[in-house]
Amino acid sequence: MRRLLYLIPVLVFAGVGIGLALGLTRDPSILPSALIGKAVPEFDLPPVEGLDRPGLSSADLKGQVVLVNVFASWCIPCRAEHPLLMRLAESGVPIYGINYKDKPGQIGAWLGELGDPFRRIGADQSGRIAIDWGVYGVPETFVIDAKGRIRQKFVGPLMPQDIDQTLLPMLAKLNG
Amino acid sequence: MIAEIGHYALVLALGLALVQGSAPFWGAARHDAALMELARTTALGQFLCLTLAFGALIQAFASSDFSVRLVADNSYSGNPLIYKIAAAWGNHEGSLVLWVWILALYGAGVALFGRNLPAPFRARVLGVQALIGVGFIAFMLFTSNPFVRLDPAPPDGQGFNPILQDPALAAHPPMLYTGYVGLSMAYAFAIAALIEGRVDASWARWVRPWTLAAWCALSFGIALGSYWAYYELGWGGWWFWDPVENASFMPWLAATALLHSAIVVEKRASLKSWTILLAILAFSLSLLGTFLVRSGVLTSVHAFAIDPARGVFILALLAVAIGGSLLLYAWRAPRLQGGGLFAPISREGGLLLNNLLLATACATVFLGTLYPLLLEALGGPKISVGPPYFDATFAPLMVPLLAAVPVGAMLAWKRADLAGVLGRLKAAFALTALVALVGLVLTRGSGVLAAGGMALAAWVVAGSLIELAGRVQLFRLPLAQCWQRAQRLPRSAYSMTLAHIGLGVVIAGITASSAWRGEAILVMQPGDTASLAGYSFKLEGIADRQGPNYVARRATFIVTRDGRPVATLTPERRFYPVERQSTSEAGIDTGFWRDLYVVLGDPAEGAKAEAGAHAVRIYDNPLVMWIWGGVAIMGIAGLWSLTDRRHRVGAPAAARARMAAAAARA
Repeated sequence: MRRLLYLIPVLVFAGVGIGLALGLTRDPSILPSALIGKAVPEFDLPPVEGLDRPGLSSADLKGQVVLVNVFASWCIPCRAEHPLLMRLAESGVPIYGINYKDKPGQIGAWLGELGDPFRRIGADQSGRIAIDWGVYGVPETFVIDAKGRIRQKFVGPLMPQDIDQTLLPMLAKLNG
Repeated sequence: MIAEIGHYALVLALGLALVQGSAPFWGAARHDAALMELARTTALGQFLCLTLAFGALIQAFASSDFSVRLVADNSYSGNPLIYKIAAAWGNHEGSLVLWVWILALYGAGVALFGRNLPAPFRARVLGVQALIGVGFIAFMLFTSNPFVRLDPAPPDGQGFNPILQDPALAAHPPMLYTGYVGLSMAYAFAIAALIEGRVDASWARWVRPWTLAAWCALSFGIALGSYWAYYELGWGGWWFWDPVENASFMPWLAATALLHSAIVVEKRASLKSWTILLAILAFSLSLLGTFLVRSGVLTSVHAFAIDPARGVFILALLAVAIGGSLLLYAWRAPRLQGGGLFAPISREGGLLLNNLLLATACATVFLGTLYPLLLEALGGPKISVGPPYFDATFAPLMVPLLAAVPVGAMLAWKRADLAGVLGRLKAAFALTALVALVGLVLTRGSGVLAAGGMALAAWVVAGSLIELAGRVQLFRLPLAQCWQRAQRLPRSAYSMTLAHIGLGVVIAGITASSAWRGEAILVMQPGDTASLAGYSFKLEGIADRQGPNYVARRATFIVTRDGRPVATLTPERRFYPVERQSTSEAGIDTGFWRDLYVVLGDPAEGAKAEAGAHAVRIYDNPLVMWIWGGVAIMGIAGLWSLTDRRHRVGAPAAARARMAAAAARA
């Protein structure tokens, strides 16, 4: 009986080890958003000054499946994901932008240099609307269905595998 | 070329570690002196190779050799030299080189200075050490090679995370790793003892100085990290119960328990298998910390690059090192039957209580750190366990522990007279009651917890001093005799008193700085004056300036009290263009009784922006320096104890020399 007592440490460790192994199979950067499945928050953002793109409001997000990308010209990961957004836009996916805490002149130059995948861009200079969207940091990308509900959220720059494995199948399903 | 030499030295070190991790075991089992001796030679050889590898890495960083990918990813040619060098261990691969280098340093220490260990035992200790080294060097070579070249080499590097560009943070990893890795010595001693099936007083005497050295380094390392968080992260806090902080705190708690239980093994041949278990757990917890930081199961400020292959490798390493040693423990430990029996009220009983409370505290932190991870892994929701949990569970465990500190230190071995000890602590009781009363009066009865915390701190300090006074029979014998007794007391007695006083100082600092902290958050423009805790803070002006590798906006505050100048504080916001990151440098006036702490925030928007208005946060942190001062006292006490004659390396040789000298005099 006493000998069994000495087995307790190794048994506890086995349990912890299995838990850690399962933990390894998950990606800690996936943060479940409380907003998933909910309608997008009500908002109405003005266009970026000096840019000929219209602004963005919650009304624009109803009627078709769209992506909403929160970005800024000062954000390096945004630069990294930009070519992927360009490719998505070229393949016909409607992408709307929320320009986060940016200077109007700089964003124009940035889009001029890298290309502009956005159909509409709302300027969120104070960052107030991003708070309603539960944005942790830029970039973040949301999938909005035809009823204007948030279906998926990507924190950080989109990666090619995100697009192939999650985003495109989801768009296909939503567009049914 | 230098990077290739470093890489080659790593491979060579792996080969030597493989020999060191196998032949000596065989030699020890066969009593083959040559094979056992091989452990020493290979340990020194391994150390030389890893020194070469580490030196090559430092050279690559110091000379900004951007053809090495690690340097290109983590350094920048315009950084000051100290941060070019610190960048060498400020990343996953480089910190592993530091890790194995320190491991080999300890191995070389045993090889050179472990002459008082029996040869088979030393061979086994070095063998176990080498096996740990094999695991980590292989991990490096197969998943995280620091010497990978980049072709073509970029013209300049990506930069080094600016919040790490700080003197305390440059020293934090080496210090912390000296602690983490030092616990591998206790582990190796425990495994060797389990293999031999023998734990005795001399085992405890050998293991204690190594554990103590690791414990000191760990204490300093944790304190540096927490001090850095205090002045660099800019929210005035110093401990956040972040999983990675906890990962360093758990081994510290286990090592503290081990230091105390090893005393019982040494003096009374009791608690043997428990002490062995603690030695294994202390190092296991530091391995677990390594896993948490590097596997990618956590997202944290501390987390290194995420790579599942690395996670799997470390988990396998953990399974072998921890699982294997605990299996060995389950198999061999039942045979370690301890001798000395003791009554519940005794020095042993006190140390056991210390161990139970520390182990429970450690388990509490463990649970709080891993529960969210395990819950999610088992398909549960994503939760986070924050400071409220730790405050609610950890603090209640510390109260009885602190209350017992002076009492336990005064109890006699085997069976003690509790009433007599409490009687001798009358003066400490009186002081404690006084502090509690003053605390309650000053806070008008609202600060019960704070008054209690300060009273406990006073109790620990006063009780420790009374214990020391009792040892030299102060006020009972003439002063001259007391002085003689004081000179004869071993250093370990003084260091115990000092360490416990340090603990009391830490508690006072934690209590006062969290209970009586003053805070003001406001928008100020040049010329404005704010007041907090009787001080007035005048914002003189805000100016931009150019640093070596950053641009900064610096505010100048003149702090006065009743019209008399107290300090000039210059908080900054720095922007590092290469890394494209901002950092905040708090302006701190550090004092014995309080820190005044000012942080410059974002510029204001709207009408006030024209006038140069900025958000400003001002804190008054009473006694906050006592936290790190207290830890420093504890660490110094540990180092002081290491110089005790008993631990001094080569003690037999010194004794022989003394005998020879005495013979010569005769």
